[in-house]
Amino acid sequence: MENQKKKVSKQTRASFINYGIVIAFFIIFQILSATGNLGSSLKGQLIPICSYVIMALSLNLVVGISGELSLGHAGFMSVGAFTGVVAANSLSSAVPNGLIRLILALIIGAFVAALAGIVIGIPVLRLRGDYLAIVTLAFGEIIKNVLNCLYVGIDKNGLHFSLKDEASLHLEAGGRTILSGPMGALGITKLSTFFIGIILILLVLFYIQNFVNSRPGRAIAAIRDNRIAAEACGIPVTKYKLMAFVTSAAMAGSAGALYALNFSTVVPKKFDFNTSILVLVFVVLGGIGNLRGSIIAAALLTVLPELLRQFRDYRMLVYAIVLILVMLITNNEKAMFFINSHVKSIARKLRKEGV
Amino acid sequence: MSKKDIKLVQLPSPNFVPERDKDKPLMLEVSHLGIDFGGLTAVNDFNIGMSPTEISGLIGPNGAGKTTVFNLLTKVYEPTRGTILLDGRDTHGMNTIQVNQAGIARTFQNIRLFDKLTVEDNVKIGLHNSIKYHMPTGVFRLPKYWSEEKKAHDRAMELLKIFDMEGMAGYIAGSLPYGAQRRLEIVRALATGPKLLLLDEPAAGMNPSETSELMENIEKIRDEFKIAILLIEHDMNLVMGVCESIAVLNFGEIIAKGTPSDIQNNPKVIEAYLGSGATQDKEEA
Repeated sequence: MENQKKKVSKQTRASFINYGIVIAFFIIFQILSATGNLGSSLKGQLIPICSYVIMALSLNLVVGISGELSLGHAGFMSVGAFTGVVAANSLSSAVPNGLIRLILALIIGAFVAALAGIVIGIPVLRLRGDYLAIVTLAFGEIIKNVLNCLYVGIDKNGLHFSLKDEASLHLEAGGRTILSGPMGALGITKLSTFFIGIILILLVLFYIQNFVNSRPGRAIAAIRDNRIAAEACGIPVTKYKLMAFVTSAAMAGSAGALYALNFSTVVPKKFDFNTSILVLVFVVLGGIGNLRGSIIAAALLTVLPELLRQFRDYRMLVYAIVLILVMLITNNEKAMFFINSHVKSIARKLRKEGV
Repeated sequence: MSKKDIKLVQLPSPNFVPERDKDKPLMLEVSHLGIDFGGLTAVNDFNIGMSPTEISGLIGPNGAGKTTVFNLLTKVYEPTRGTILLDGRDTHGMNTIQVNQAGIARTFQNIRLFDKLTVEDNVKIGLHNSIKYHMPTGVFRLPKYWSEEKKAHDRAMELLKIFDMEGMAGYIAGSLPYGAQRRLEIVRALATGPKLLLLDEPAAGMNPSETSELMENIEKIRDEFKIAILLIEHDMNLVMGVCESIAVLNFGEIIAKGTPSDIQNNPKVIEAYLGSGATQDKEEA
């Protein structure tokens, strides 16, 4: 029992530190913006930071905890983004309150992304390793291309969909187009707020942290470690893999809705392969399976390109190099030994000195 | 020695039932079990009956098909022929997961633990189907989560106590020494609440003192849990010491069945293990 208590308290402490970091981040930026010390470019980055943090956390659920490499995560983000926009737009007369409309849009975005997750997850999760990565990549592109030619309009008869062009929506007079193919969503009312973004991060964090340390989370980790043994222990493998994948898709969907409702226009091209890789970079650099790392990496790597605007063209190049270096170092025993011994000894010294 | 010669030595196979199980129905009845991989017959006409608390051994030279039999019983492979009755219930059409839930648990020849989880969590995975709460309860930490987790923790500790491993509960499973990993695998299999426990070379890589401890523990498990145990083992001291009945497999077929003393003196078994010259030498000597 001693041991159990210690373990639980250690987990709880780690969880609360994570909540603390997010809340501290919120308070610092609120103070900065209230005192007028926040640059306008950084201010515009706050909500994208929130949605990328959620993206990184949700991808960590698939890559870190479930152990499957998914390269199509931006696909779910875009499903959430465009459903969120359509929902917010079509509810504008029914629900005049912006905050409630935002929350509804986030929920609908998450729900539809979860449905997409089920549809994609059922065939994809039969595959393993590289094959799964390639197929998720393909599905991400498929989603992008479908949205690229999707037209959605609304009039008093309800929503109209078309994959051809705007004219074939056959809108009645007074109707308006919400999505217009490659042009994406135009004239979005900005609903997202930094506060809601932070609340969403906290909810996602709460969900993942509690999920991992419960019966289903343990089963998912077991499947990651050894699928055959998990089956022999009577764990329904497909069910749990799908659970992780769909939950992650739903979170990405809500992140997408948050992201899209922050801008006046969003194009489907935004959520391409590069975005999927970007989120994967957050997860890998933050440490696979490490939630705190994901949060910090996502926040820093979203802000840095803005601050280092003059080197912007080299961003993807640098990511690639950093990613390769991380892989080489973490797979090299000597390098890991060096890092472990030195970093840990420094940490120990600091703790001894009571810093 | 070709496969054809072995066919001639089909022994009459009386099911050996220990005294205490005499009037109980058989717990496992396997008849005419077989599997072909393409043109290769890996197991053919495998028959075995086990009473509810019997400890049986499955021995045979390398490549005889012993592990394949385990994989057939646990439905890693679907048998080409034959039936498996578990407590009178046909396991036809079940998958590995359902077979486990029906009451067959196993360990693996090459250890398959959940390396990155703790020892306790490994056992809790075995308890997975006896922990009764669902995802929302776990996420929102409802009272049921705490009570069920507490119960699972206590049960896990109880099971680890069989092998005196409760002190290792917090260790990462992959970091355990080899013998402890083998023992943990047995504990995890027991945690699933089986009626039949399949042990695939439980003593492999153990030193003699660990092996003799394992022998005691196998009997202790049988007495405490009242389950049947079928084990594959190359360590003849363990097999002869702990098993009440033994089946010998060669080229996918049973060539002998009986008590340890029957098997020890069976010329066919000696031949299968040591080659045909060995029996002649023995006769001459």
